[in-house]
Amino acid sequence: MTVFLAIIIGAAFGFVLDRSGVTNPNNIYKMLNLTNMHLAKTIMLAIGVGSVLMFAGQMTGLVDVGHMSVKTAYIGVFFGGLIMGFGWAFSGFCPGTSVVGAASGRKDALLFIAGGLLGAAAYMVSYASLEGTFLMNKIMGGKVTLGTIPGAKYDGITALQGDLVGIALGVVLIIVAFVLPSKLIGGDAPTNTVPAE
Amino acid sequence: MTLDWKLGGVALGVVFFLAVLLVKPIGVSTQFVILDGIIGDAVNAELVVKTDEGYTSSNAYLAKSNGKYAKAVANPLNYSFVFVIAMIVGGAVSGLARRKTMDERRVPAVWAANFGDSVAKRYVGVFIGGFIVIFGARLAGGCSSGHMMSGMMQTSLSGYIFTIGTFAAAFPTALILFRRS
Repeated sequence: MTVFLAIIIGAAFGFVLDRSGVTNPNNIYKMLNLTNMHLAKTIMLAIGVGSVLMFAGQMTGLVDVGHMSVKTAYIGVFFGGLIMGFGWAFSGFCPGTSVVGAASGRKDALLFIAGGLLGAAAYMVSYASLEGTFLMNKIMGGKVTLGTIPGAKYDGITALQGDLVGIALGVVLIIVAFVLPSKLIGGDAPTNTVPAE
Repeated sequence: MTLDWKLGGVALGVVFFLAVLLVKPIGVSTQFVILDGIIGDAVNAELVVKTDEGYTSSNAYLAKSNGKYAKAVANPLNYSFVFVIAMIVGGAVSGLARRKTMDERRVPAVWAANFGDSVAKRYVGVFIGGFIVIFGARLAGGCSSGHMMSGMMQTSLSGYIFTIGTFAAAFPTALILFRRS
């Protein structure tokens, strides 16, 4: 049954990722050089909508809190994020968009995947020597959420009601998605003197 | 054709929500490790071995967390691996409905404007980029899907730490390397 759901949700995710333009490296480059924030708006709206639906669902009992899966916070999360951010901005792909991009017909995404498999192998052989280092030190207990979510197996770093924190932050992301200008800097066009849009 | 950001954002958000409602949050980058493990185990059957309690591996990373990854390597028809295979199907269907020129399939216009339109240069660049991205994502324990989207959606501290790290590197990199759009 869960494999059937994997096929349905995975296919929907792949389809929507491609349709929302995330698999096109041009859109990633333009977001990160601040000339077209379209994709940033898409991502913030997606996280906001997902968050509001999930936490509202958990409050009403529609969503099983046990389905949450919070990852551990440790020093390596930050440094790994830095490394990934550099490679993402350089290549225009992240792991999910490379797979879907290749499927949608992008040849360069195939080379990214090949490099990625080598990078994964390099991490697998490095892991034994990274395991005991400061990089694996947990931050604030590791698997924690910002508020304390009723019924969740994770601790909150504050005593605030976790479902409400999630809904509030989701609403904030949705608002920011709407108010964020489409363009933060002018890019090539001589539009610096006129307001964006 | 790309969806309007409002429609695309809501559709993506609904998919992330459905994943949690029905099974568990979405993540992708682990499956690069699982595929490596499957290939490695095909070459050397000793890589992943069955034990009384489950599975383990001679590789410390596959063996971690009581052989969680070793188990996935031994059973590729698990939820997370099939999920990524299904993403390929969804992406292919979307791609079929949208024609692209061969140039655009190889070298994105923004890359070409800054680094030239050499296909070989682009391919070497993304290969190195792929290595860096997946190495970083594995050090972080997740990627844009698992940490940034699923993590921030659940208000995980790890998701925010990852996102801050990612953009702290990504914005300066793009602003320096991709001055021309």
